Amino acid sequence: MRADPADYKLVSPGNLQAVLSLLSSELSQWLPIAGGTDVMVLYSAGKLPNRNLINIWDIPELRQIEVFPDSIRIGAASTYTALREHEIVSKEFPLLATAASWTGGVANQNRGTLGGNIANASPAADSLPALLVYDADLTLVSVRGERQVPYRSFHTGYKKTVMASDELIRDISLPRRFSGYPSHARKVGARNAQAISKVCFAALSQCAHGIVLDVRLALGSVAPVPLRLHETERVLTGQKIDTSLIDAARNCVMKEIHPIDDIRSTARYRAAVAGNLVAAFLGKLAAAESDA
Amino acid sequence: MNTSAGRNTKCEISFTVNGEKKRVLVHPMERLLDVLRHELELTGTKEGCGEGECGSCSVLLDSMLVNSCLVPVAQANGASIITIEGISTRDLVKPLQEAFLECGGAQCGICTPGMILAAVHLLEKTSAPALADIREGLSGNLCRCTGYMQIFEAVASAARRRVAK
Repeated sequence: MRADPADYKLVSPGNLQAVLSLLSSELSQWLPIAGGTDVMVLYSAGKLPNRNLINIWDIPELRQIEVFPDSIRIGAASTYTALREHEIVSKEFPLLATAASWTGGVANQNRGTLGGNIANASPAADSLPALLVYDADLTLVSVRGERQVPYRSFHTGYKKTVMASDELIRDISLPRRFSGYPSHARKVGARNAQAISKVCFAALSQCAHGIVLDVRLALGSVAPVPLRLHETERVLTGQKIDTSLIDAARNCVMKEIHPIDDIRSTARYRAAVAGNLVAAFLGKLAAAESDA
Repeated sequence: MNTSAGRNTKCEISFTVNGEKKRVLVHPMERLLDVLRHELELTGTKEGCGEGECGSCSVLLDSMLVNSCLVPVAQANGASIITIEGISTRDLVKPLQEAFLECGGAQCGICTPGMILAAVHLLEKTSAPALADIREGLSGNLCRCTGYMQIFEAVASAARRRVAK
């Protein structure tokens, strides 16, 4: 049944300290809302459990993207459009800019935020594999203070995170040490536009003379959380890319992931696609190396 | 958690709609779409899916294309909103309207207000869009009649007319 707006509160404190005070005053009562591309869908369907919402769309410090010599700090309420249009993001973090371009159409990119994608914690979220391979750090804030959490340890299970109920993601920090790494991103869905992924893939690599020096691989929609493929990376590192290595990597990927059957796809299809995506990426690397 | 159906009080929201200052007394979580249609009787903005997938409810909120079904009205407080009713003052719109007519870009008409707003948003950002830009710019707007080609051609034709001027 459709929600009745009279049953809901939405307050706009206008600054971060006031937002945090409210979050800590009545624990688990308040839900932050930024661009609303997740929250409003649940609300309209009458499926939003929270009755009290805090507007964080208009908090300026959550919308800043700051560039430092060694890192870039992205305010959690930065939109996908802001990410796509940011010079350093598109130049040095193409996996993130590409994932932003996959997320919904223009109107949803104008409203959807990176912090919202992280907090919503869907294993199918397109931007999350990119954050894994870029070694993102999150700053979580509350009235108790702030703490840095490596993004790799943020998700603890399906839609579960380390965030306490009085905490908010303030920013996402990415080190600028991967700009020399060739990158590769691929989304497999029913359609390119507006469709949630069956599988999405982000990869960074560094090779010399056909040997893999460093490789970072992550997949979405193949496990309860966005997944970094550490085992497969170990299989590849230090090795020469040839067909037997590609086969070994494909087998390792299929063992490392835990996909499920759901409305968008099947576990079997996802496993086959995940293996193929990694194999195609390695094939491309091998071809680039033999040209070099 | 307070599960009793608390009847919360309404609040006053002020914004500029199609260049006119408006004040409405509404619940803050009302969807901008419903406030436009029911309070302000601007029924050119359509409801399709109601979950941000189809783009029929597109409006410009501070010059940004948004799905008004996903905007709680309190977030539009102080903003400038342009709906299909207010878009006619833009220079771009006459060539777009003509191109939609000539190319058969409108059939049942439910998606058309959203298509026009998405096209205006695209053409204001990109003066000579390639077909790929048009497809991407309109990818959040679904049409069940035309098969899209006539719409893409209409937007391309409007862009060419503008460049030719």
